[in-house]
This record gives sequence, C-alpha cells and structure tokens, in this order.
Amino acid sequence: MISALLVLLVCELAGNALHQMLGLPVPGPVIGMSILAAALAFRKGGASSRSPITGSLERTAETLIRHMGLLFVPAGVGLIAEVGVLRSEWLPIAAGLIGSTLLSLAVTGLVMHWSIRRRASRRSPDTVHDLERG
Amino acid sequence: MIAIDHLWNSLGTTPLLWLVVTLAAYTAGNALQRACGGSTFASPVLIAITIVAVIVVVTRTDYRVYFTATQFINFMLGPATVALAIPLARSARLVKENLAGVGLALLTGSVTSTISGIGLVWLFGGTRTVALSMAPKAATTPIAAAVSSQIGGIPALTAALAIVGGIVAAVVGRTMLTRLNINDWRAHGLAAGVAGSGIAAAQVAERNELGAAFAALGIGLNGALVGIVVPLIAQYWKS
Repeated sequence: MISALLVLLVCELAGNALHQMLGLPVPGPVIGMSILAAALAFRKGGASSRSPITGSLERTAETLIRHMGLLFVPAGVGLIAEVGVLRSEWLPIAAGLIGSTLLSLAVTGLVMHWSIRRRASRRSPDTVHDLERG
Repeated sequence: MIAIDHLWNSLGTTPLLWLVVTLAAYTAGNALQRACGGSTFASPVLIAITIVAVIVVVTRTDYRVYFTATQFINFMLGPATVALAIPLARSARLVKENLAGVGLALLTGSVTSTISGIGLVWLFGGTRTVALSMAPKAATTPIAAAVSSQIGGIPALTAALAIVGGIVAAVVGRTMLTRLNINDWRAHGLAAGVAGSGIAAAQVAERNELGAAFAALGIGLNGALVGIVVPLIAQYWKS
C-alpha cells in the first residue's frame, strides 16, 4: 500500500512540476493521472503487468476511488461561506446545472448511438448490447 | 458549563476533533443511504457536508479553522485523482475497439456540457464567477474542483454542482435516453460517465457490466478533456 501511495504521489508531483514549469493550463493531478494511465496502458500487454506493485496499486486506487466522497467533505463545507451566491444566483445555477446535464446526456448518448448503428451492417447478433438483453 | 467551555477551547481547533466529526458524518451519510434502500437522492457526501456544516455553524467555528484541521482529508484528493488512471488504463482496450464513436461522442458531449453550462448561467443573469464554477462540473469532482479553483471559479460550489449534477443525471438519464430510442448499454454508459460522472455511472454499473466499463471510460476521458478544454476556454474568455 505504501509503494502504491508512493507511485500515486510521485505521479502527482511530476504533474505539478510539469504544470509549473511549462505553464500548462491543465491541473497538476490531471497531468499526473494522464502520465500514470499512459504508463499502465503501455505496460498492460507486457509480461510484468501482474507485478506486485500493479496489484497493490489496483487495491489502493479502488479504496481511494470508493471513498472519494469523504475527500470532498472539507471543501464542500466551504459552501457555508457561499450562501450569499447561492441565494442571489439560485436561478442561473439551477438552470445551468439541470440544462447542461440533460443536454450533455442527450448529445453523448445520441452521438454514441449513431456511431454504433452506423457500423450495424458489420455487426453479428452476439455483439448486440441492447438494454433488453442486458 | 465552564468545564464544557474549557474542553471546547482546548479541542475545538484540533485536527483530531474535526477529523472525528468529518469521518462520523460520512459514516452517518453511508448508513442513511443504506437505510433509504441505496437511493441516489440520499447522497452520503451531501448528507455529510450538511451535518458538518450545521456543526461548524452552530459551534461558531470559523470555516478556515475547520478546513485547516481537515487539510489531510482534502490533500488526499490529489492522489485519488491520479488513482483514476487505473480504471482508465483498464478500459484502454474499449477505446481502441470503439475509437471513432467514443472520441466523437466524448468530444461533442463534453463541449456541449461546458458551453451550455456557461451559456445558461449567462442567459439567466448569473455572474462570471458562477459561470466559471459551472463550466467544469461534469468532470469527476476532484478534477472539476481543481479546474474551478484554477480558472477563478468557487471550488466548493463546483464540487456541490458536480455532485448534484451527478444525481440529476442518475435520476433522469435512463428514462431520457430510452425515450430518445437509445437502447445500447455502451451509449447509456458513456453518456452517464460524461454527463454525470461517478454518481450516474454507479447506477449504470449495477445493471450492466459493459455499461459500467463505458461509464468508467466516460469519467476518465471526460476528466482529462475538461482538464484541458475548460482552462483554455477560460483563458480565451479573459481577453
């Protein structure tokens, strides 16, 4: 678990360093995530993909992701300092939140659906993943 | 009464007390969600934030005192964000097999979310700060909050929007996409991951394995995309 944590922290540190040095607009942890994802994706096919570090990394990552909600609580409580904004701008906040979420759901779903159906002629029945069969 | 005051004065600013309060509130949130039959509305995070906020306000504690005391929890958001690389790398195969569809759907869906979020806030008379807090909210919460603080939004507001947006997507997603005649798990999963990140994805995940994989893919890729696109939009908007 410590070695896994070390891998995660080193990636975050590298991400932050790149963010600072190159003046990238992308946040450091996101750069760190991309570095680790690329490293893992290139290693996946290799013989070392089942190394002890990968196993411990997977368990640590799973734990962190499962309890990610807890990690937002300190920042989320900061909302008490923003009560004024919530009260004065509740309408644009509600409209923007609900509207953009629904639009994004529909556009993502429709474009993906369209691209799957476009390849439908090359499809054999066992690769159908319709809801009724799921 | 004097004894309680004395105890409060010595413990009220310590990390120990506020770590206990925060962990207890989160545990209570989880228990409450289980009691509600796992309902999406009973988000453990929102429940925990509410409980802690009430305690902080009632005890007249300065938010900065609370935040300083619980810095360690907040610090773990960084490594947790990096940890998202593991499910992302696991679904690399799915990207290769569906490259054009996933790429196009992700790009259009993600840009739609950002632009319509900013546009709707502006249309209803919101301020620039609120629009910037709205822009990255479809990304998974740690990325959304990191982007928000960087571009001049309010990270706490963005975090709350990301969670509530996820609940909205989880509640209406399946019905809405089915009404649009979309009945493939890959499309349902990706849409949930892109528009509603973790909370909406969890709802697809418990119904179908392939949907879960595409939802994880949507969360990871959209997080990376929002991390790149939204700061660029904000930078451009400044000038």
